[in-house]
Amino acid sequence: MSLAIKGLRFAYGTNVVFDRLDAAPFNRGEMTALVGPNGVGKSSLFRMIAGHLKPLGGAVSLDGVNISTLPDRQRAERVFLLSQHTAMRAALAVFDVVLLAKRGWQGGKASDSDVRQVEETLDLLGIEHLSDRLITELSGGQQQLVALCQALVRDPQVLLLDEPTSALDLRRQLEVLSLVQKITIERKIITIAALHDLSLACRFADRFMLISRDGVVADGHPEQVLRNDMTGRAYGVRIEIERNAKGNLFVHAELAS
Amino acid sequence: MDQTVTVRAGDRYRQRMMRKTLFVTGAFVLLAVAICVDVGVGPGFFTPIQVLTALFSPGSVEPKLAIIVWDVRLPVAVMAVLIGAMLGVAGAQMQTILHNPLADPFTLGVSSAASFGAALAIALGIGLWPAGGTFFIAFNAFVFALGTSLVLFMFTRMRGVTVETFVLVGIALFFTFNALLAFIQYQSSEAQLQQIIFWMMGSLARASWTKIAICAGLLLLLVPLCWARNSMMTALAMGDDRAASLGVPVQRLRLEMLASISLLAATATAFVGTIGFVGLVGPHIARMFVGEDQRYFIPVSAAAGAAILSVASTLSKAITPGVIYPIGIITALVGVPFFLSLVLSIRRETWR
Repeated sequence: MSLAIKGLRFAYGTNVVFDRLDAAPFNRGEMTALVGPNGVGKSSLFRMIAGHLKPLGGAVSLDGVNISTLPDRQRAERVFLLSQHTAMRAALAVFDVVLLAKRGWQGGKASDSDVRQVEETLDLLGIEHLSDRLITELSGGQQQLVALCQALVRDPQVLLLDEPTSALDLRRQLEVLSLVQKITIERKIITIAALHDLSLACRFADRFMLISRDGVVADGHPEQVLRNDMTGRAYGVRIEIERNAKGNLFVHAELAS
Repeated sequence: MDQTVTVRAGDRYRQRMMRKTLFVTGAFVLLAVAICVDVGVGPGFFTPIQVLTALFSPGSVEPKLAIIVWDVRLPVAVMAVLIGAMLGVAGAQMQTILHNPLADPFTLGVSSAASFGAALAIALGIGLWPAGGTFFIAFNAFVFALGTSLVLFMFTRMRGVTVETFVLVGIALFFTFNALLAFIQYQSSEAQLQQIIFWMMGSLARASWTKIAICAGLLLLLVPLCWARNSMMTALAMGDDRAASLGVPVQRLRLEMLASISLLAATATAFVGTIGFVGLVGPHIARMFVGEDQRYFIPVSAAAGAAILSVASTLSKAITPGVIYPIGIITALVGVPFFLSLVLSIRRETWR
């Protein structure tokens, strides 16, 4: 019962992104932080897991079923990708877009239970008071919260979050990540989040997967990956780790020159 | 107790949907009024009561009135409404699939291709319709308009079904057909030139019950097909990535909608010439009042487009008694001030 990535190959034209990417299986109830420098293909990997991009070779499979062979609708019920750009320009109200995510694109009227679940999810992220506002009127951070509402209300088995906290304030970052962590455990789902703030990431993630130009270069427990020399090398920095009195890890990076 | 705080988000959502449904109903009632006025106005003014009597019991009014209403004015009035609705729907779909509120049904070069087809028939007598007669020019315009979409379809095979492909190929087609059209105009006689220009200005005078039946049939065919894709299109309005995450087959949906837009725009242009503005502004009016939830966006776009053309049709007869101005001129002239006053008077808060 897990998500597996085997021998994934992908290229944009002649620009090879992955050459046989393999990863240890992702387990349910586990939150993985996907880390690595810009432009190594984190978003592309997410898109392939979500089935938006077809790999040139290899496969992503969920519980033994190849994701890319699933019909659009079934795949979308199991895997949800929250893409990096959460800004929306549509003249739609917050409640409407979350309800749309809940119901997918089946026609007809929304049932009472759908409406209630949307209310609960909005409450969960503390944006119930915004429900009638148009998404275009919201700030970037608020739009990101709306997008997270869409992700949570879908109740997927695999939740892919591409930089889910990039526009959030300090408190919201903590709230959102602890909520995602809680939901991952409660609902026994597979969560993979691309995060750039490594200190923040290692407080919530059970596992770090570091990718660079050469594919997966380190994978395992967050501290273990951070102490690995490969991590600093992948980013081109010197990394020092410190543990504070509460036991949280802090990552300091310096330009390696 | 402050009641607004205690109302749950779900209830507020239901209230909003109710308001929108009422708005859609109201829009169509207004449209019916506009038709009655349109039929009443002209050389010889009829009151709405007279018009309604002539419409619903033609036997009870004097024959002259019945003939004027049924054979002269009603075809034009109904044609205005149908064409307006077709352009409104096509414009709403185009703005949604291109994620661009500046798009209209003619963005991808449909109107210039149609004009070229018409000019070919008018100036050179080259027609694709075997029988000649009423449909000689219209059919040419239709085939060329649809042809642009086929070219677009072919390009999407090479470059993918992206917004960029659509717009770039659309622009290329627009300039190509404009150049070809200019070429024909340069070569044609004065009389032919005049005819081409008049054709391009757009006119409802070419309305007939046969054309109305074709337009109505097309709408009856396409509206249910598009209705079934409502929530997919609403999802697409949120952006390609988000729609794909909800399982929407984005590329296929975009091509399906392009087919619908092409048919609507090509038919409208073939029958009444190029009527700009309606397909751009109808959806904008709808967006201001009911937002982009397609269940309301599409009907209100249709109603708004129809209402604009209906009012324009009335005015084209009323400005100078005895003269019917080409509707293409009137639409923009009266539509722009109306639209601008709407934009300025509506507060942002009500855009939902």
